Amino acid sequence: MDELTSTFVNESRDQLTAMEDGLLKLEQNPDDADNLGAIFRAAHTIKGGSGVVECHFIEAFTHKVENVLDKLRNGEIPVSGELSTVMLECCDHLGALLDVFAAGLPRPDDTVQTRGDALLARLTELFLGGGAVRSTGNRDGMLAAEDDNSIEASGGGVVDTDAWHISVRFGPGVLRNGMDPLSLLHYLTSLGEITTLTTLADALPTAEKMDPECCYLGFEIGFQTRASKAQIEQVFDFVRDECTLYILPPNSRIGEYLKLIDELPEDNMRLGEILVRSGALTQAELDDGLSAQSRAPVREAAGEAAAPPPLGDVLVEQKVVHKEVVEAAATRQAVVSEKKALEARVIRVHADKLDQLIDLVGEMVIAGAGANLLAQRSGQSDLIESTSVLLRLVEDIRDSALQLRMVQIGETFNRFNRVVRDSSREMGKAIDLVITGAETELDKSVVEKLGDPLMHLVRNAIDHGIEAPALRAARGKPENGTVQLNAYHDSGNIVIEVIDDGGGLPRDKIRQKAIDKGLIDAAATLSEHEISNLIFEAGFSTAEKVTNLSGRGVGMDVVRRNIQSLRGSVEVDTIEGEGSTFTIRLPLTLAIIDGFLTSVGKASYVVPLDSVVECIELADASAKRNYLNLRGEVLPFVRLRELFAIGGEVPKRQNVVIIQYAGKKAGLVVDTLLGEFQTVIKPLGALFKHLRGIGGSTILGTGEVALILDVPALVGLVTSLEDRRLTAPRQPELLASY
Amino acid sequence: MTASAAARLAILEDMTIYQAQSQKKQLLAALAATRQLDLDLSAVPEMDTAGLQLLLLLKREALQQGKQLTIVGHSPMVQRVLDFCNLAGVFGDPMLISAQG
Repeated sequence: MDELTSTFVNESRDQLTAMEDGLLKLEQNPDDADNLGAIFRAAHTIKGGSGVVECHFIEAFTHKVENVLDKLRNGEIPVSGELSTVMLECCDHLGALLDVFAAGLPRPDDTVQTRGDALLARLTELFLGGGAVRSTGNRDGMLAAEDDNSIEASGGGVVDTDAWHISVRFGPGVLRNGMDPLSLLHYLTSLGEITTLTTLADALPTAEKMDPECCYLGFEIGFQTRASKAQIEQVFDFVRDECTLYILPPNSRIGEYLKLIDELPEDNMRLGEILVRSGALTQAELDDGLSAQSRAPVREAAGEAAAPPPLGDVLVEQKVVHKEVVEAAATRQAVVSEKKALEARVIRVHADKLDQLIDLVGEMVIAGAGANLLAQRSGQSDLIESTSVLLRLVEDIRDSALQLRMVQIGETFNRFNRVVRDSSREMGKAIDLVITGAETELDKSVVEKLGDPLMHLVRNAIDHGIEAPALRAARGKPENGTVQLNAYHDSGNIVIEVIDDGGGLPRDKIRQKAIDKGLIDAAATLSEHEISNLIFEAGFSTAEKVTNLSGRGVGMDVVRRNIQSLRGSVEVDTIEGEGSTFTIRLPLTLAIIDGFLTSVGKASYVVPLDSVVECIELADASAKRNYLNLRGEVLPFVRLRELFAIGGEVPKRQNVVIIQYAGKKAGLVVDTLLGEFQTVIKPLGALFKHLRGIGGSTILGTGEVALILDVPALVGLVTSLEDRRLTAPRQPELLASY
Repeated sequence: MTASAAARLAILEDMTIYQAQSQKKQLLAALAATRQLDLDLSAVPEMDTAGLQLLLLLKREALQQGKQLTIVGHSPMVQRVLDFCNLAGVFGDPMLISAQG
């Protein structure tokens, strides 16, 4: 795929998303003209782009879609559920067409083509056919009005300058770029009323030279509107670089109209007549004006086809004499430069390049740590100082490099508007989607992999969580169910919640099912929390229809596996009859972390710094119990020496690193604390994939390998040990020691 | 010249930029072959600026060659475009259609 193509595909996908968002908003707010405009522009941009890359099947399809949107915008057809549905399907189809184009195929295959044709047929039947007849009626009425107007103007010499006067000459490339000047002018009517319009075909070359794919037309337009000059100019934004545009404000001085006549390429007398006809000038004023200007050569030439003045001269004259037009030009320039600046703020970079950069930064972090260590050992204070400055810079570079990959999660969330809308309709439920924390940022690679599990959870919430309206009413809940997507940052993790106010999980049934499946022992004592989370167990849902079980659990183990592969965790909290909350926790980034280096015996361990709460000394090292009193709070801990079966002599002083995850605290007993340390996470080999408690490895400045502790797993381990003790009161010595 | 001597050409497809190249040849050839051309556009579903330009070109060619070009049928879309652009007068045969519509 060449660069132009991939840019087109990427941008079109963005536009499609914008269009889809707009369509969804449209349902709630049918009268929002800005939104309608945005939808139309999105479609228009796709069409324009497809013209540039010569993808005609997209161009042709979008053209029809655009026609419908145009009618919608002009108020010729009303906003309806049916319309949104068809339009959304068109969006989907456009997405499919983009896939086809991106794959480099010359045309869509038969299935896609058939679907496209069917959609077009529906569009035509539902919206274009009826609309055309009606609109013709409107036009007739309008035409009559225009005729009246011009008769009055030429006959009585009435000057009607309270309208804007727009002169536009379209450049030859306009049509090729997929822009249709007529659509632009139609769009103009959404801003106000075109009182007069004259089409100028003077620039049409002779028949042999005329290229039918070039545009040669110009228009003189009298336009009544409350819109500002900038708004009028915006209409021509798409062809800005390719057309000559003059906008004279209402009540411009006669001199300004005369100037305009001089500047435009068509011959002066003819333009003069047009202006007289459009009511901007009277004939007398025109005659006076032209002679008073005492520009004999121009006037003489006026009878013939006057050679257009060079553009440079025009501009100079404009600046000297023409206040209003200069102002217009200045505004336009401002708009142009503003737009340029906006474009410059976003650069599309290939993801591979970013990955490479992050890799390099990772290596630099390791090398930097090595240099720092050597400096420390050498004991030369100026060397230490310079390496510490270097290290700080490396840290900043690392942070900015990682920042490059950060994207807001909102975009991912917004996709679910559509999912919720479609599937709730399908199920006959009324469901609102509430999105909070959309601005929370996380690594792009994580976002990409998050889509599927999230989709699963949301679908589940809709399918099985939210009850049917009747049942909700019976339970005294509002008929509209709510599914909430929430995101926030929590100690180096991003937390994503899918919350529904539906029926919740039936614990008894889950427990029974788990026993039937042999997942747990019938005698096992499990906390409520543990029971709910059984739904994530592999094998829980593989058998018969889980919907019988009022339903969660369809492929929940897949969700958990996906999340775990991102070094994250997922769990569910539920209250029967009131709803469930699925909580996904993920590390913010996959590559580099700030670590806290500790050692046990000769081995080094890195704890992710974000999860470290504090460090204390283990006061009573000899005691055999596994908890301590942290300012009146019971803190369970685990001895890494025991957990990892490390030999060697236990030092006199041991330390406890207190870590936190998902709101739970636990202690890790280590020998020594070595301080903060930047770490590049190197994944463990496949052989160690099932190792619990270790999340990865890294290389120290000395070249030694240190293991990175998997905090979620460790906290889970410690707290579950504690839970077990609490739920199984078979350990009297433990209770006695309280 | 009587009406029966006029050549008649009906356009049955869209008059948009996609067809512009071929239609230019078609229209000019039709005009070159006769003194009087009746153009039937009543079956044209879609027309854009490119199509409009072609009509303008054809009309100008006809005038320059002293031939007569009459548009004898307007589809709603064609009529809409001509009305919008105030070109009904340029082609000189508009009322026929408005009465129909």
